[in-house]
Amino acid sequence: MNNILITILIIVCMLLGPLLVAAANIFLERRLLALWQDRIGPNRAGPFGLLQVMADMIKIFTKEDWIPPFADKPLFVLAPALAVGPILLAFAVICVAPGVTVADLNIGLLFFLGMSSLGAYSMVLAGWASNNKYSLLGGVRAAAQILSYEVFMGLSLMGVVLSAGSFNLGEIVEAQRHMWFVVPQVVGFVVFFIAGLAETHRTPFDLTEADSELVAGYHTEYSGMKFGMFFLGEYMGIALISALMVTLFFGGWRGPFLPPVVWFIVKTLVFIAIFILIRASLPRPRYDQLMALGWKILLPLSLINLLVTAGILLARGG
Amino acid sequence: MFSILRSIALIFTHAFRPRETVQYPEKRPYTPPRFRGRIVLTRDPDGEERCVACYLCSAVCPTDCIAVQGAVAEDGRHYAASFRINFARCINCGFCEEACPTLAIQLTPDFEMGEYNRHDLVYEKEDLLISGPGKHPDYNFYGVSGLSIRGKDKGQAENESAPVDVRSLMP
Repeated sequence: MNNILITILIIVCMLLGPLLVAAANIFLERRLLALWQDRIGPNRAGPFGLLQVMADMIKIFTKEDWIPPFADKPLFVLAPALAVGPILLAFAVICVAPGVTVADLNIGLLFFLGMSSLGAYSMVLAGWASNNKYSLLGGVRAAAQILSYEVFMGLSLMGVVLSAGSFNLGEIVEAQRHMWFVVPQVVGFVVFFIAGLAETHRTPFDLTEADSELVAGYHTEYSGMKFGMFFLGEYMGIALISALMVTLFFGGWRGPFLPPVVWFIVKTLVFIAIFILIRASLPRPRYDQLMALGWKILLPLSLINLLVTAGILLARGG
Repeated sequence: MFSILRSIALIFTHAFRPRETVQYPEKRPYTPPRFRGRIVLTRDPDGEERCVACYLCSAVCPTDCIAVQGAVAEDGRHYAASFRINFARCINCGFCEEACPTLAIQLTPDFEMGEYNRHDLVYEKEDLLISGPGKHPDYNFYGVSGLSIRGKDKGQAENESAPVDVRSLMP
């Protein structure tokens, strides 16, 4: 009985946690971007402008929810749900503290990779269903970008999997008892970080919604909460990639003095801030540059990393 | 590659730089004396209206936001019977101030004219008229012009010589 209660509590926390983080990201992104652009940012609503989140939510909830008459209605409605659903599902395998996880899958990492690939469908379907040339271009770009970055996103993690000997996120964290994987797997980390940026289509890889050329890309025709769902998905994606980077490369919940959950949250927030810092600093590359970077540099790099890691492990007598 | 890391580091240092933002309602921005803000109609040092309703401001206004109706008073002074500026249209270009031959119309540093209702942005003459001479404290148009008004006949203005009787000029 008690076990069931605890399980339900964990499920509720893991469901609400990402949503809260996504809401907090609205505030965090606006304030941090302002910080790095010599501005102040929203600071009027409530203490430090914290109520700005509420204002933004009320605004987006009360906007007209409009479906263009030329759109493919069922797909148009389905796409925003697909942007949020798979990412929420992927949070199920995240291990916040020892034993604190919704689904203790022994293939947790593969589950995450599968779910993040499903997220690509939301953009492709949104771009297609909008029946708008800019949306379609954005959707096509999203499909190509995510498919090509998905390849070495998985490959870059294989070094970690080899070292830990498991796909289970909890066991991967346990394997980092002596040394964080970021030290031996630094190439894997860099490749995963760049792939993560592309996966959440954040700047500088936001070619899918490149405002200067595609209006708003695949979500041009969306309004109201459907539009908000895409942003919810994007912000939760940032939180997910940050949480995974912490889990896989930075020792997860491990840390002195503080309780494990606090360590996990602090590390994740640092990575979310780095995502925002990169958005504040870097311009958007051209599309062929994006593809060339992916296929000509990052893919061979992750393959070499995998090869070297496997070689070292074999030589050690694995 | 290096330049990417360098720009990220550079942007991070911006976190410790002074802010560009001016916290407006608490901290007022500096508006110089020649700032082009709300338009006023000034009076000459004697307290009389400077505007002579010449329509030049209305003619030069690029947005046609000034409407004037002139009249002549019993004492001979020309004045504006009605003077209306629609600030919903006004772009604060200052052409009216440059066109004004009597220095009557002037732009002030005040820019806080927000209204909830568009009609409240139409200023009538009594809203525009101020009690002082504005930026030109000593200028008095009727004091230097040749027009005869009550209390000042032709030739009595500043630096004006008495009128000449053209018919009496004999060779």
